[in-house]
Amino acid sequence: MAAEKFETALKKLEEVVKKLEGGELSLEDSLKAFEEGVRHAAFCSAKLNEAEKRVELLLKQKDGTFAREEFRPEET
Amino acid sequence: MEENFEHVWVEGEVSNLATPISGHLYFTLKDAGAQLRCVMFRASARALKFRPKDGMGLIVRGRLSLFEPRGEYQLIIEYLEPQGIGALQLAFAQLKERLAKEGLFDEKHKKPLPRLPQRIGVVTSATGAAIHDILNVLDRRFANVEVLICPVKVQGEGAAREIAQAVRDFNRYGHVDVLIVGRGGGSMEDLWAFNEEEVARAIHHSRIPVISAVGHEVDFTIADFVADLRAPTPSAAAELVVKSKVELGAELDALSHRLRQGVRRLLADCRGKAYALSLALKDPTMLLGHLAQRIDDLGERLDYARRGEFKRKRERLALLRNSLRLSNPAVLVERGRERLLTLVTGSEHSLHLSIERHREKVAMNSGKLQVLSPLETLARGYAIASLLPQGTTVRDSAQLAEGDKIDLKFHRGGALCRVERKHLADGQET
Repeated sequence: MAAEKFETALKKLEEVVKKLEGGELSLEDSLKAFEEGVRHAAFCSAKLNEAEKRVELLLKQKDGTFAREEFRPEET
Repeated sequence: MEENFEHVWVEGEVSNLATPISGHLYFTLKDAGAQLRCVMFRASARALKFRPKDGMGLIVRGRLSLFEPRGEYQLIIEYLEPQGIGALQLAFAQLKERLAKEGLFDEKHKKPLPRLPQRIGVVTSATGAAIHDILNVLDRRFANVEVLICPVKVQGEGAAREIAQAVRDFNRYGHVDVLIVGRGGGSMEDLWAFNEEEVARAIHHSRIPVISAVGHEVDFTIADFVADLRAPTPSAAAELVVKSKVELGAELDALSHRLRQGVRRLLADCRGKAYALSLALKDPTMLLGHLAQRIDDLGERLDYARRGEFKRKRERLALLRNSLRLSNPAVLVERGRERLLTLVTGSEHSLHLSIERHREKVAMNSGKLQVLSPLETLARGYAIASLLPQGTTVRDSAQLAEGDKIDLKFHRGGALCRVERKHLADGQET
């Protein structure tokens, strides 16, 4: 889910860079492309740093749903 | 006899194998010189990891017994192992072959790992070495990933079922990007749960990509073959996940760099162009100076022209052109023709004039003539008198004497007359 959006954004960034390096764009379009690229790059960067470092146990409840509990390696 | 031969070990080849639904195994063990009927009851047979087949060499341990209904000896087998190869190895080989035939290990079933693993599911023992190693690696690399552990037995009775169930549970839960299924090192028996069919099928059906991480580098389990990716150890599995993120970060940095470079280069190009153009514009006075110079130059040339040089030259040119034209034979002919025409016309003209003049003269003279003509005089009433008989014209009365005969000529007709009396010019009578 989050991974998908990241993939798309990264691909778009790559496309923008290629277009910019191609040298075929007018100055105005180049600057627009650059802005777009910066947006995608910022998004990707945010996504990369998004995940928190967290360790939990997945516990199945009696009713079939799942609960999460912090994992403490020392205790067990 | 049964008491004498409590437990015996027998080696032989399987033949006439029967595996009825009851779960008991019936076969005959043979060698070159003898054969022995065998039975393995379900209770013992259940523990078998591999399947005996006709022709297989077996080493068995069992109790001799008499099957009274037939009066035959048979061996009740308690333990069975293949000749020349461990039971486990054989079981492993058999399952591997069967699942491979079904296509469970095919490349096309292998899913790629997600490029951005944010949440990792781990199926392993909560206390074992595996989770310890994994968390260590993540710690060391400052990886910001979430880890969700589903703790399971990783060996012994029921381990396979728990492992398989955990994989299915993660798939139901859904919010993980990748699964690591594994355990630390051990013997083949210790790792056996990861060779079970149930685990293989659960991994095969998993929609979430699975990394198998069982034992040490040298250990290969069925789980390893069916997983989307095999890691030699649990640490290695964690490294794979981290690497993915690290690579991604590097890729992003590279792209960002290229992005900025691209624009920087573009701007530099434009700036360069603008500068070059501005150089041309730089000094308007210089441009004006050029123009002023041009004006001066043109002015001079104008003067020169005016001074007549050009005129003279042009005249000369015209002259030359003209003489060229004149010497043109066609022109000469034409001119000749013209002259001829002129002359002809001229002479005609003078001829006409001449004729005209003469005609005038004649007319004038004939006019005069007419006036002077005596006949005209006669018409005016005069008469011509001629003295007869000589006929001389009488002009003077002195010519006449009384009684002469004169002829009178009138305008029309005439008369013969006699002079009766004459008078002189001044009217005096003689």
